[in-house]
Amino acid sequence: MAAPEEPKFDEMHAPDGSVRPAYRGYVQWLSEQDDGAMRRKNFEAESFFRKTGITFNVYGEDDAEERLIPFDMVPRIITAAEWRRLSRGIEQRVRALNAFMHDLYHRQEIIRSGRLPERLFRNNAAWLPQMVGFTPPGGVYTHITGIDLVRTGPDDFLVLEDNARTPSGVSYMLENRETMMAMFPELFSTVNVRPVSDYPRRLAKSLAACAPEGAPDKPNIAVLTPGIYNSAYYEHAFLADQMGAELVEGSDLRVVDGQVQMRTTVGFRPVHVLYRRVDDDFLDPLTFNPASVLGIPGIMDVYRAGRITIANAPGTGVADDKAIYSFMPDIVEFYTGERALLPNVDTWRCADPDSLKYVLANLEQLVVKEVHGSGGYGMLIGPTSSKKEIAAFRAKLEANPDNYIAQPTLALSTCPIFTKSGLSPRHVDLRPYVLCSPDGVDITPGGLTRVALKKGSLVVNSSQGGGTKDSWVLDD
Amino acid sequence: MLGRVANGIFWMYRYLERAENTARLLEAGHRMTLTRRSDTAVQEWRSVLTTLGLRRAYEATYDDYAGAHVCDFVLRSKNNPESVLSMVERARINARACRSAITLEVWEAINEGWMTLRDLLARPVRESNLNLALGAIRRESTLARGATHGSMLRNETYCFARLGTFLERADNTSRILDVKYYLLLPSLSYVGTPLDTGQWDNVLRSLSAERAYRWLNAGRMDARSIADFLILDKRFPRSLVFCYAAARENLTELARLHGAEGQAHECMRAADLRLNDKTVEDVFEQGLHEFLIQFIAGNQELAGAIATDYRFVS
Repeated sequence: MAAPEEPKFDEMHAPDGSVRPAYRGYVQWLSEQDDGAMRRKNFEAESFFRKTGITFNVYGEDDAEERLIPFDMVPRIITAAEWRRLSRGIEQRVRALNAFMHDLYHRQEIIRSGRLPERLFRNNAAWLPQMVGFTPPGGVYTHITGIDLVRTGPDDFLVLEDNARTPSGVSYMLENRETMMAMFPELFSTVNVRPVSDYPRRLAKSLAACAPEGAPDKPNIAVLTPGIYNSAYYEHAFLADQMGAELVEGSDLRVVDGQVQMRTTVGFRPVHVLYRRVDDDFLDPLTFNPASVLGIPGIMDVYRAGRITIANAPGTGVADDKAIYSFMPDIVEFYTGERALLPNVDTWRCADPDSLKYVLANLEQLVVKEVHGSGGYGMLIGPTSSKKEIAAFRAKLEANPDNYIAQPTLALSTCPIFTKSGLSPRHVDLRPYVLCSPDGVDITPGGLTRVALKKGSLVVNSSQGGGTKDSWVLDD
Repeated sequence: MLGRVANGIFWMYRYLERAENTARLLEAGHRMTLTRRSDTAVQEWRSVLTTLGLRRAYEATYDDYAGAHVCDFVLRSKNNPESVLSMVERARINARACRSAITLEVWEAINEGWMTLRDLLARPVRESNLNLALGAIRRESTLARGATHGSMLRNETYCFARLGTFLERADNTSRILDVKYYLLLPSLSYVGTPLDTGQWDNVLRSLSAERAYRWLNAGRMDARSIADFLILDKRFPRSLVFCYAAARENLTELARLHGAEGQAHECMRAADLRLNDKTVEDVFEQGLHEFLIQFIAGNQELAGAIATDYRFVS
């Protein structure tokens, strides 16, 4: 995707060339470094990742079972004041998301009030009738949320997407920091960066606080992975390891005596909280996809009997749909009584005939996304697409307009990456990770910054060749 | 710990041990061929394949016993699921699947070892590089073992790791001994000939035992004293008695941790009866081959009982 014409926000430098406050400490330190040594560090980082096996799997590629996500060693930096503002907006959004989920599966006030069209969830594959009338332990639906943010100006952070199912990438947030601290220890003694390393501990604490009634004070937590060939397996193992939780596969679990239990060397032992990293569809072959071998037969019955916590709750996917996304400002207002602190990106719902007309007339300037698509697949990026591609997409759009939304191509902010010829700006986004429990909303300072590695490109997805950066939130 | 993970750890260490022993055997075979005429070299290579249990698979691929072919088959052939490369890969797959049960040091040792050997074995190994490659295989296995010793908690994970190592090692030692004694010598009339003593030397080398043996048995090279050494010497880390002492220790610890004994402990006691307080005369009275066959079967039974007792599979 080519950058649009209008000026974009440079995270490091102001238009007059001066260094923005967030980067002053870093740029000062950088100016004292030897160029050759920095170039060597760049190689060091890759071998570090390769050695520790921090890889992700790419589907549909023969030769590349495991790949590295490129890491860039220039951090993305956010000031304490910026972060405070962002945190308030994120917390408000996550609270609204949970209230919304509860409402959708109970009284549906938002539908009755006419603020949200009923068909939006009636036609939504992620809607689970099994969840109707059921309240998860602690009333929490989205135990872990990833909110994708983009920035277009000094005070303009926009939400691009809510990831309410099983947001991934948090292991990169942690490993990026480890790598930076290993390579540049002295940098961290000169710049005051808020730590992220206690995320796994906070995750364990937050999950434990959501344990079902009757669970012991120290509930058994397990991470459910589809197995070593899943694209995010490394992350699953990493989180289980860091939390001191068991990493389980479906075949390790069984419903015994009305409880989900794991097969250990001393027999079956109960699991009280299951942080699942498999989709709803594969969770319970008795309730959902009968062909699935990844899940646990009968777990939904145990769940509905209130004897296990599943994180995130089944059926949360209904809230991170791109059609729902376009209603998020209304949803936030409806449940919090306040205006949304973090705005959405302008979005045209193609289901609406007037919007569709506009979108069809302006395809060359717009990004059109499938409502249920993810990871940058199934989308049209108008400005960089050929006439032929646009024509083909137009046909799809006309055939099934309900399935699409459109957004303007945004002037995403840039942050420099380290290249052979020095620093060079590239577009970035940011995914902070948010934990939710009856004890409160807990946002890790920072998150995962994804960066487009090609000059001018706006595509930051790791599955499409994007890279990542360490993300710093400065302390006051 | 999860039964699946216990299984993964047990087999991860078996694969590592087997990869290492395979390299030792190949090293010994190669060395022997260097000191022989080419027609007997064929016999040596054939004996290496027989000991590894790969003769049939090899012959399905090749119709000669050229050293380069044998080495390629044993080290890296896609037609050989028991190749060193394949075992190192399987060890790494198990390590990934049990990633949260092993330390970062063990994981890195195995992951880096796999990367090194994958590159080293990406192409056929030339004879001039064979010792280098075999040395690398031994070294990577040693590093993984060292990381295990130096970084892992002495908990049940460690017990399963050690059980995997020692059951595999005991199996290897007994097979090597059996193949030499039972299969290799054309007839009894060859006992004591250079062919016979050469083969015994090969056996000792493939277990990295030749120096220790010579040091303890200066000038003697006969079935009786070698069997005594490889089966009954408590000091030699690849002897059956040594492996079983270590296995017993880890089984005892598992029983202590779990508060109960199982079928595996029964098997262990039966094995102890067969092994402990035995003299080499007792062994030969029973018949060395019969003794080894019984031992190998008991070893398999023990591994099976461990898998059942500790719920390796559902």
